[in-house]
Amino acid sequence: MAAPPAVGGAPLVDVAGLVKHFPGARGFFGLGRAQRPVRAVDGVSFAIGSGRTLGLVGESGCGKSTVGRTILRLIEPDAGRITIDGRDVVALRASALRALRRRMQIVFQDPYGSLNPRMTVRQTLAEPLAIHRLARGAEAERRIGALLDEVGLDPSFARSYPHELSGGQRQRVGIARALSVEPQFLVLDEPVSALDVSVQAQVLNLLADLQQRRRLTFLFIAHDLAVVKHIADHVAVMYLGKIVEQGPVATLYAAPRHPYTAALLSAVPVPDPRSQHQRIVLPGEVPSPANPPPGCPFHPRCPHPKKNARCRTEPPALREVTPGQLAACHFAEDPL
Amino acid sequence: MTEPLLRVRDLKTYFVTEHGSGTAQAVDGVSFEVYPGETLGIVGESGSGKTVTSLSILRLVPEPPGHIRPGSFIEFEGRNLLTLAPRELRAVRGNQIAMIFQEPMTSLNPVFTVGDQIAEAAIIHQGVSRRAARARAIAMLALVGIPDPADRVDDYPHQMSGGMRQRVMIAMALVCHPKLLIADEPTTALDVTIQAQILELLDRLQAELGMAVMLITHDLGVVAGSADRVVVMYAGQVVEQSPTGELFARPLHPYTEGLLASVPRLDGPAARARGRLHSIPGQVPAATAWPGGCRFHPRCPYAWDRCREEAPPLLDAGTGEPGTHTVRCWLLTEPGRRTPHT
Repeated sequence: MAAPPAVGGAPLVDVAGLVKHFPGARGFFGLGRAQRPVRAVDGVSFAIGSGRTLGLVGESGCGKSTVGRTILRLIEPDAGRITIDGRDVVALRASALRALRRRMQIVFQDPYGSLNPRMTVRQTLAEPLAIHRLARGAEAERRIGALLDEVGLDPSFARSYPHELSGGQRQRVGIARALSVEPQFLVLDEPVSALDVSVQAQVLNLLADLQQRRRLTFLFIAHDLAVVKHIADHVAVMYLGKIVEQGPVATLYAAPRHPYTAALLSAVPVPDPRSQHQRIVLPGEVPSPANPPPGCPFHPRCPHPKKNARCRTEPPALREVTPGQLAACHFAEDPL
Repeated sequence: MTEPLLRVRDLKTYFVTEHGSGTAQAVDGVSFEVYPGETLGIVGESGSGKTVTSLSILRLVPEPPGHIRPGSFIEFEGRNLLTLAPRELRAVRGNQIAMIFQEPMTSLNPVFTVGDQIAEAAIIHQGVSRRAARARAIAMLALVGIPDPADRVDDYPHQMSGGMRQRVMIAMALVCHPKLLIADEPTTALDVTIQAQILELLDRLQAELGMAVMLITHDLGVVAGSADRVVVMYAGQVVEQSPTGELFARPLHPYTEGLLASVPRLDGPAARARGRLHSIPGQVPAATAWPGGCRFHPRCPYAWDRCREEAPPLLDAGTGEPGTHTVRCWLLTEPGRRTPHT
């Protein structure tokens, strides 16, 4: 189940067999038997070509954010191989990891919680420059002005505190902070989901411009499939810690091979009252990742008419169904 | 034509701000009607005043710092809710008009079972016995699609998932068979597959119970799928009001037009074929200092002198019966100006 060759030459980011299990909680005061471990990420593989965007989508608890943080080693992986620009991220020691962090940065969902409320925008942007010894004094000042300009903020914002900024402005500061160390790779973890529609469009346009200008590679984590369709080249759909389908955006959205992808796509409300699309309403809810169902993890909710005993016992492998498109379903040749 | 169930006239809800920086005119002269059995969508972004409008209807705005200005008028079945005595108001609230909120985690009481919380409204408003109320609670849980309702009735909210809690909220709201349900972002905190379940449930219950629904949301997709008519709010005012089909086919207010164009669409082109998303420049102004003239003029691609100087009233679009499609925009008087400045 190797990832497909990344589009656009050699992959900048290559992840294979990534696993992260969190130990189960104990009762009060750490007494009692620990619960079963939460299999947050359970064997995830993908590659992202240089200058491209992979959209990682799924519902709450599917493990998509853990993937993003594990790749940057903000969370230590339990198993798997992660290479960024040819360097093995998992094997790096602290000092080498810090050097590599210049090349890979993250933008978080919540522009309220991810900026220090006691630091001005200038201080927030000067800190990474100082830590990575990129610039001080007048040179730092010049770079901060240029960064603010690049993300569409007036240089006068350097004196502002986060509470003086709107949600969209804060997210621009978060993006400027990530860009300050001139990374090649950005993990964008739900970067627009806290924003209003009109502001969301501004930030998505900004990200597309920055990617083109700086030749950035993006891992774009989101629950909103329409946003991902707009910004990503490839998309991977996660369910219970596993990728259940991945492929180029155009083919995957037009012809999903996994019934979960089909249901997710059909559930997105379309802003057109004349739309005739049929909503597939899945029964039940996502099972606990501490206790995933045997066989295909999706089988208890699967609406596929051919679902049978094999689905309940044999986990389907993620395999190539059409060129470049992979799906983990026994009936991928016969999609919903 | 049928009489409206709810008639809101010139509603003004203001807040005194903490730092003495003035008065926030959160809702500033809002009027609309809700007819029996229909779904009215109220759309707007953060700060548009849509939530304060819904809280004002049930007089749930905390006073102080908020207050509903004299001259505002909220008529439900012929009675002005704003002048009702507390006891009379309680007979309406939760009984004839019910409300569900975005956040099912914080809107349920964590120390009571869901059954007790559903039964409470039936006991208070309809004087049924505890035993009968418990039976009603179980029936309501079954109605909103919770499996094993006779067991789950004794669950506490923390034992349920977000989707299940939202179903409990709906059961609580509907236990007295209200004539009007106000649903404030009922699916915003939910995952898309659970959202689909809840929207379908609301559709089904509305048809079964024949109630009117006021659906408050920022999601134009949700409105397109559920609402009969739509009210678009911006900066504390209604800027456009229209039947749903017409609003999406022919948005007339530049804000509505911009909002519709800035939504990334599943039925739109994929990434590499994409153009840039349309975006509305700038941001929603502060409620303490609405712009003069038309409140949208600083962000409007069509604005001219008149828009900066003179606040437009709601004008009739001239389609269908008078009043069915109204727009707060001077463009209706000079359609030739609908070409954006560059």
